Order: sequence, then C-alpha cells, then structure tokens
Amino acid sequence: MISNLNHDLNGTVAVTTAPAPAAHPAGRAAAITRIVEKHGRRSSRLVPILQEVQEEFRYLPPDALALVAEKLNVAPARVFGVATFYAHFAIKPKGKHLVRLCDGTACHVKDSIPILDAIRRRLGVDARHPTTPDLMFTVETVACLGACGLAPVVVVDDQVHGAMTPAKGVALVESMIAKEAAP
Amino acid sequence: MKDATPATRPENTNPPTEPDAKQRRVIVCAGTGCVANGAYAVFRGFAEQIQAAGIAVTTEFKPEAGSELRLNESGCQGFCQMGPLVTILPEGILYTKVKSADVAEIVAQTLVAGQVIGRLLYTDPATKQPCRGVAEIPFYRRQQRHVLRACGIIDPGSIEEYLHHGGYAAARKAFTAMTPETVCQEILRSGLRGRGGGGYPTGRKWEAARTQKSAKKYVICNADEGDPGAFMNRSVMEGDPHSVLEGLMIAARGIGADETFIYVRSEYPLAVQRMRQAVKHAQRLGFLGTNVFGSGLNLSCEVMEGAGAFVCGEETAMIASIEGHRGMPRPKPPYPAQSGLWGKPTIINNVETLAHTVRVINEGAERFRQSGTSASPGTKTFALTGHVANTGLIEVPFGTTLREVVLNIGGGITDRRGRITADGFKAVQIGGPSGGCLTHEHLDLPLDYDSLRGAGAMVGSGGLVAMNQKTCMVSVARFFMDFTQRESCGKCVLCREGTRQMLALLDDIIEGRATGETLTLLEKLAHAVQKGSLCGLGKTAPNPVLSTLRYFRDEYDAHVIHKCCPTGQCKALAKPSIDPAKCKGCQACAKKCPVGAITGERKQTHVIDPKKCTACGTCADVCKFDAVLGV
Repeated sequence: MISNLNHDLNGTVAVTTAPAPAAHPAGRAAAITRIVEKHGRRSSRLVPILQEVQEEFRYLPPDALALVAEKLNVAPARVFGVATFYAHFAIKPKGKHLVRLCDGTACHVKDSIPILDAIRRRLGVDARHPTTPDLMFTVETVACLGACGLAPVVVVDDQVHGAMTPAKGVALVESMIAKEAAP
Repeated sequence: MKDATPATRPENTNPPTEPDAKQRRVIVCAGTGCVANGAYAVFRGFAEQIQAAGIAVTTEFKPEAGSELRLNESGCQGFCQMGPLVTILPEGILYTKVKSADVAEIVAQTLVAGQVIGRLLYTDPATKQPCRGVAEIPFYRRQQRHVLRACGIIDPGSIEEYLHHGGYAAARKAFTAMTPETVCQEILRSGLRGRGGGGYPTGRKWEAARTQKSAKKYVICNADEGDPGAFMNRSVMEGDPHSVLEGLMIAARGIGADETFIYVRSEYPLAVQRMRQAVKHAQRLGFLGTNVFGSGLNLSCEVMEGAGAFVCGEETAMIASIEGHRGMPRPKPPYPAQSGLWGKPTIINNVETLAHTVRVINEGAERFRQSGTSASPGTKTFALTGHVANTGLIEVPFGTTLREVVLNIGGGITDRRGRITADGFKAVQIGGPSGGCLTHEHLDLPLDYDSLRGAGAMVGSGGLVAMNQKTCMVSVARFFMDFTQRESCGKCVLCREGTRQMLALLDDIIEGRATGETLTLLEKLAHAVQKGSLCGLGKTAPNPVLSTLRYFRDEYDAHVIHKCCPTGQCKALAKPSIDPAKCKGCQACAKKCPVGAITGERKQTHVIDPKKCTACGTCADVCKFDAVLGV
C-alpha cells in the first residue's frame, strides 16, 4: 500500500514570507528570548539566530536586533553589522508576497532584465523601493536559484516559474492582485 | 564537426545505471527543474493511478526487492530541459516532459500492457530517432558519471538504499582499516584537486592539517555554491546527500577532526533539508556520534545555512560566518589548515571534492587516475546552461573538449526562440564571476585546470554558460562586474571602489558615453584591482572584463567608437525598427507592446515610436516574421 505520500518536499524556503508578524513588542521579546535560549545564548550562533528571528517577524526590526545583542551580551554594533552584511537579512518590512527574479548568468543571457522591468513597472516599485506601499509585494533579484535549466526564472513566494517573458511576468502579478482583491 | 576526442571515449562508459535491475520501479525526478514543471503532480498522479490499476505499490526502499512496484522521487537526473522526467525500470525507459495528464496512459500502456509510448520518448535531433532510455540518448551516453552515478536513481531520503549499494563502506574502511596517514596518502596519490575552483591538491591540504599538533580540528564542507549559473553541488546534495556526508567523514578521519560543518547556501532550501535529513539518519545508525564504527573516535556534523553572501564561499570568510561574524576574508597565511575555525586547524572542501574521495577510498587512487588527464585526474561535473539545446547537469573526465561538451552533449547552440542553429556559437563563459570567456578558437581545447588558466579562464566550480551570436559580450562583462561589486565585502579599497568604478566605466560604454580613454582606463583599473585585493573575489573580479577585452575587442570598439551594439542588446544604443519588407501587418507586436509604442493598421507596415519605445524586445519576441530589427 501507499505510505509516506505526504512527502515533506513540497516546501521550499519561507524565510521572509512567514505569516502573521507578531506586532506587539511584548510578543516580540518572548519570541526572541525563546530563539536565543534555544541556541544556548552563544554569540557564535548569531547568523542562525537572526535567521529565526526574521522567520518570525518577516524582517529584522531594530528593537529586535537590540534585544538580540542584549541577550547575547554582545555590542549592538556587531548584531547590526551582521544583519546588514548578509543579503537575506531585511531591515525594512517586506511585502506579503515576495517576487524574486533570478538574475543568474543563465537567466541573464536569456533576457531576465526586461521581465524585471515589466514587473516593477506594473507594481510601481524600483531597486531602491522594492516594496509596494500597501506592503503587498516586494520585488527582488536573486543571484542564482540553480534552476538554470528553466531560465529565465521568477519565484513567487515559493513557487518557481520557468521560461518567463515580460508578458508572462506581468500576467502572474495580475493574477495575484486579482486573487488578493477577491473577497 | 569533429566527433571524438583523445581524452574521452564518446561511447559511454558509465551512464546512470539502475542498481536493482530486477525490481519494477517508477522514478519521478524531483530536482528543482522538474518540480517547477509539475513533477509533484505527476508523482501524485502515479500514486493514485497505479493503485487504481490494482498494482501493489510501495514508496519505500526495501533491501529485498519484492514483487510490488516501487514508486519514488529522485534527485536531479540532469536532463533539466526535458523535465519532468519519469524512468521506468527494469525496462530502462525514460519518458520526458511528462504531464499529469499523461500518467493514466503510462500506467495503462507501459506498466500494465508493457508497451512503450513513442510520443513521450526523447527524439535525438540529429538522427530524428526516438531514444528509449538513457543508454541511447547522446546527452547521457557521452558522459562519464561517477559523482552523479546515483543521482536520479536512488531515493535521497533513504540511508538504507545508500547502504544497500555499498554506501559508507569507504568511511568504515577509513575509520577501521586505515590510519590518518594512509587516508591522506591515498588522496594524495589520486591527484584529486579541489573542485570548488582553485584546483589545489586535496591530499596536500589534508596532509597540512593532519600534521598540525592540535587536540581540536575541524572539517567544513563548502556548499556555498554562489557562482551564478552553477548548480552542480546543489544537485549532488539533493540527489545523493549521503555521498557528501561520507566524504566529509573520510576527511575528518584523514586529518583527525571530531567536529564537522556543512555550510549550505540558503537559496537551496531543498539541499539544506536533504543534508539535515542525511545527518539525522547517519546519527540514528551510529555513523556520527560516539565511537564511530567501533574506532573509539567521536564525530559530529552540523548543517549551517548561509545568509546570502557570495564572499562566504571564500575559506576565511566562511570561517568568520560560522563564528557568527560578518563574512569577511582575512589574509593568508596562516592558512586555515594551520589556524582556521576558532584558531584550530581546519580544512574546507567543496561538495564535489568530498564526494570524489569516497570513490578514491573505495576503488583506490590508480582507478581514480584512469579518467581525466595526468595533471587533472578524474571527472568534473558541469552545469551546462544558456543557449544550448540540452541544458542540465553533466559529468565528464577532465581533458574533454569544449566542442564535445557544448555541441555534442549540449546538442548545439539555440537562437532566441530555442531553435538549434548550426553557426550560432559565439562563446562559453566558464568559471562564473572569476572566470572568462572561451571562443571558437578554444573549441578543441581540452578542459582542465591548467589549459583553462592559460586561456585566461578557469574551471571555477563548473558553471558553463553557452552564448549565441545575439549575446552582447560587453553586457556579459557588465553583468559579472555588477555581481562582484555588489558582493564585494568592502574590506579592500581596490575591490570595493575599483569594481564599482569598473562598473561605471562599463555603463559608460553600454550607454554611449565612452571616449577613447575609457578602455585604457578600464584595463588599467582591472590590473590594479587584481593586485590590490586580498581574497579570490577581488583578485579574479576583473577576469570577465579582461577576457572579453581580449577576445571581443571589436565589440567594445563598436560600442565606444561607433556608438552601436552589434547584437542590439544594449538598450541605450538600440534603435528598434520594423523592416517594411518583412512586416505583414499582423498587429501581434502592437498588441503586446507594454508601452504602446507600435502603431499600424492591419495588413499595413507597423511603425515604432522611438520616443515611447523602451527597447524591451517584446515585439521581436512575438514577431513570427523576424521583421523587428535592432533589438
């Protein structure tokens, strides 16, 4: 008989698209304490600690960073330094939906940039302001997702879409906007 | 076209083989490429339809193959262009581009009635003959797969299946029948060189760490495969994670380490998950933990996820990152083998390097040296992408020519619509942001560490991006410069500021502001950045620029002197227009133009308004008559 069909491979990473940010500062403190304790309050665990904090809040709020520094007994500068060094850490809130365009070499030579331009134009965002004001979409580029066989690739939340064109990219965004607008 | 090369036997040698010839199996490729094309739906379809057909089925590996059919997912099978892939054993049938709608037919026709469905087979474009399975497909037949041997066949989630095929025998041998000296000697004799890019002899690295007197030593597996256009390590981790872990254990034995780390890019969530699962299973069976294989030695392994910094692929930056700091490199010496993680002797090896060590220990150094060249023994995986008919993951011996890889295994160069063109080849970019471009004159160059360095490129981690005649080489150089200047950690001034200025100069060229001095300045700055940077990132950052300047100088000159991009790729220099002789007035372009720049009545020649046009190229993509010029 079939067993093990609900394989656990469906999920890809959800670092920045986790649901329900805990808005209340008190809730934040509890969550941060739990994460830091889990890693034994070791400062060598700073990167994984920040990854988990970001998973919790969808970004790294400044007060959360300060609290992490306090709990680990290290200078806030070190925590801010690490948080701003790595591309995956976001100091500003991200949108509910994360649209990531792969701009690896294979995607680039297969004309990924016109797709990015088209999606940005549709959503009214740019490189400096990647998130829509209603916090619905964030548009980013990513160096390489390793799905070069499907180039050019756009990843919306966790779903990989291959062989994209500017028109398909805009259609994808349109369908998500329509879905959000539906009651 | 030249066919065979001295270094490779074109008829294959070692296609992916099925370990259990007898058991009835259906294997659905669940690599990233196939999953994006709906492999999970195909898998679920099989689960339902096979049951509905009344066939006994299991999804789990059992050492004693029963009469039931086994259905499993596999890691990347390499032939990404043709996914989702479904393999049926023992017949060895490979179905390509399988949709969930095809599943019922496969179950009824192939599994029940024993017939092959012709329309789902791969057709060799050269002979127009359908290929039944991997043994007949040139893409696979011309490879020599060792590291990738089990990828795409075994269930990566089953340590039992890995063990069934001889897994962990090499690690057991290293821990119980060999000493650290003999392990290092064997690796040294194999001539294995680091597959991450530099090509440093692995045995020498291990020996340096082994001879250090320290109670604490570490091994780190470098799985921070950051080169854009490279996904070899990802596929190995996703498809055969235990081979990486076993290599890591051998390395630990070789230098006498008791703590190991696997540093994986966070862009590879599935690889992270599969490695973590592999570690957990190895712990469960006692291969990690205390008294490993009864040797009295302890060994631990932790999988750590990167956070999106390319520079962390550099050894000392990776160490800083694991220690919880900004991932910035430090000067060498001391080398990590002398003073690495927390000041202790540490070796850092690439995923593929470690996977190769398993075979060296199992089969011996002499056997390993039988493939490849004398200075670069063994095989190398490459990610073949860009404008080739067969994009995917391949493994060939060192010394194979570029022609064999790109034109024969890759199946030829494609145009912007994906059609194979006979004279489309322009260049291959190898080695990512640290590498360079190879051209027509290099087609018969044997690929190995030393020959590539001579040609101004490098093996790098193994990303091979083929480019057709419509690719602007200045844009390619700009692409890599943009990448390295963003990824520069900022420690060295010449890397931080120099790459930025180089990018600005390239922008001047691409946007029509360049003067006669621009190229001279660019070249001068490139040499300065090479000299004035501490780590490999800065030292090699100018390579893409220098190599395109060397081989495509005329293309730079066209941009600078004539203010024209010969391929029409550079927007600022592009002047799209519609060829009245070819335009049929079908209005396809006018409808699709995102900025409404195209006007024209039906059956009349259309016109592009240069004031509105953003040169996005959509019109050229949709035009069936090739009437759009200049983009």
